[in-house]
Amino acid sequence: MAITYNDVEPGTEIPPRSYQVTRLDLVRYAGASGDFNVIHWNERAARSVGLPDVIAHGMYTMAQAGRYVAEWAGDPGAVTEFGVRFSAMVPVPDDGRGATIEVSGTVAEKLGDNKVAVELTARADGAKVLTRARAVVRLP
Amino acid sequence: MALNQDYVGRVFGPGAPYEVSRVKIAEFADAIGEPSELCRDREAARQAGYPDVIAPPTFAIVISTRSTGGLRAEPDLGLDYSMVVHGEQSFTYSRPLHAGDVVTATTTVESIRTLGAMSMLVTSTEITTVAGEHVCTAKSTLVERGR
Repeated sequence: MAITYNDVEPGTEIPPRSYQVTRLDLVRYAGASGDFNVIHWNERAARSVGLPDVIAHGMYTMAQAGRYVAEWAGDPGAVTEFGVRFSAMVPVPDDGRGATIEVSGTVAEKLGDNKVAVELTARADGAKVLTRARAVVRLP
Repeated sequence: MALNQDYVGRVFGPGAPYEVSRVKIAEFADAIGEPSELCRDREAARQAGYPDVIAPPTFAIVISTRSTGGLRAEPDLGLDYSMVVHGEQSFTYSRPLHAGDVVTATTTVESIRTLGAMSMLVTSTEITTVAGEHVCTAKSTLVERGR
């Protein structure tokens, strides 16, 4: 059942979710998005520019937070504003498991027109990888 | 290397129109793990009140990245793309993008800042239909790390 505007108040928490990200996910995302920056798929190139490993596209991490809030709202089209700051990299080791992105969210404010502002948090390996992450979502 | 400040205020585009397709939306939704049938099933999307399948909220990056690509490739800008990480990103939608939309994108360089060895390039990309309807504004901050 999709949540409705009347169900939520400032402080309402969205159940946290975890999303696994592997090298294959990054290759697939590179192809789908057109972002072929070598640091997202070539370990040798990533290390040569001082990175610890291949890192996830920031946009891949943002997309996980977007998917999280869209699923809560029951409609990807309900997200009218969405902004993040990328505060830490998400290294994705080639070990068959990759990295885990943990997303959580809280309703910060009820706006007019059935819209709510949601504050989002994303962590990977204990580090906050998104800050100032906020989405405005229209609920039924 | 500091980026060329002369680019502040420069406008790139609109480029060639981009046609949003069902196949591309489904491919993107698969790539990010977005499970919604509204991104894949036209009937489900219509029942939800959309003209056709809708794109996930970060899909506009596909269009805005094409628009900023010309800027990033400008030799006089001095951007070393292998040293670039994404700093910030936002999308403001007038409505969701849907299959069948034909849109153009125009990118404005809002600011270029240098902080020590780092440079920050802020762009704003307006995505509008070829009929002139605003769909999305995508703002991006790229950070070039110092070597």
